[in-house]
Amino acid sequence: MTDAPRPVLRQKVLVLYLANSALDAPTVAWAVYDGTGQTLHMAGDADEPPYPTGLAALKDGWRLFQASQLLPHARGEEFDLAYLKYEFFFEQLVEIAP
Amino acid sequence: MTAVPLLNSVQMASFVARGFLRFDGVVPEDINRQFMAEAGEIPQARDGVRLRKVYGEALAANDIPEVAAGTPLAEAYAPGSALARLLALPLVRGAVESLMGDRPVFDHHFLHVTFPPAYHAAGGGENVSQHTHQDSTIDPRTAFDLQIMYYPHAVTREMGGTRFVPGTHLRKVSEVALGRYQNIRGQQHMVCEAGTLLFLHHGIWHGGGVNLSDRTRYMFKIRMHASGPQTRRWDLSDLPPPGPQRAIYYRKSPPEPNTVATVLTTPEPWFEQDTGRLEYVNRIRLWRWLAEDPAFDVDYWMTRLESGTP
Repeated sequence: MTDAPRPVLRQKVLVLYLANSALDAPTVAWAVYDGTGQTLHMAGDADEPPYPTGLAALKDGWRLFQASQLLPHARGEEFDLAYLKYEFFFEQLVEIAP
Repeated sequence: MTAVPLLNSVQMASFVARGFLRFDGVVPEDINRQFMAEAGEIPQARDGVRLRKVYGEALAANDIPEVAAGTPLAEAYAPGSALARLLALPLVRGAVESLMGDRPVFDHHFLHVTFPPAYHAAGGGENVSQHTHQDSTIDPRTAFDLQIMYYPHAVTREMGGTRFVPGTHLRKVSEVALGRYQNIRGQQHMVCEAGTLLFLHHGIWHGGGVNLSDRTRYMFKIRMHASGPQTRRWDLSDLPPPGPQRAIYYRKSPPEPNTVATVLTTPEPWFEQDTGRLEYVNRIRLWRWLAEDPAFDVDYWMTRLESGTP
């Protein structure tokens, strides 16, 4: 008896930036990285997001694995803005041909 | 009476709010042709020759001068050169004076060349867009530098064009730390006719688009900073006098368009719901500085924060 061949998996990553910390808030920015190599995504390649909200991505099978924390604002720096605040990382594990 | 057409208050408010002013096709064709001649031909793609080598050779061979940082802008280019002629255009002089004041100082310039796929294939590299970034490094100033982007030939969407995100310029970030953001709602791609100019706040997020056409794309950038007062340098004749605040939230009609107040409180598509309000705060603070009006406010954003006791 031989073991069945183990599937070869690759990760696809979707990053959504939402308008507030709720997963059903609108998408304001996004990125896609495809570890299968089947598609190549890059800066400026789409003007409309792949999902209108984070919840829409969940409904399409993406698994959330990281969300940005909500941190208090340091005194004296309350108005300082830098990076986008509501970042959500999703993944799909995709089986590829060995 | 001024000799050059200065920017008006609404244009200045738009620069404060969105970080750019765009002027399509304003550089005459003879200057565009002269610039392209001075920029020189890019050699054909050659198998096994890396793109960096092709680029370096082209920059070394062209007629655009090397200029030391800190040179007065007025002395950066030889009289009669395409770039001297461009900077002498009344529209350019007026916009530069409005944003920089007298005697701006040259920081650096660069000939950005975006190559068609054949060059990447020949050199073994990948043809991808540039990550979105903010130029230079973390810059906590209120004052700003000006970057002029000059498009000497027509740019189609297929040629890539500069991608930029209106309204991002007031965010204090560290260069390409934001490279993770592939796409942002409201991003714009420069598709334009020859002779188009973009005047940019130094902080605006931008990047070069991927060139999928068969034509090499050029963009020339000049960065400058002020040497003296940078405030109240535009045409102040239409600057609204201090007046009562308008009603907020509960309004019977939309706000009057094309006013300083409305421009400063117009959101961008990428604004987060809470920090979008902080963007208004930061725009108002920049306007206060530029207009030398420390009591200026729109829609009570600052007044509310500054009222009462600590």
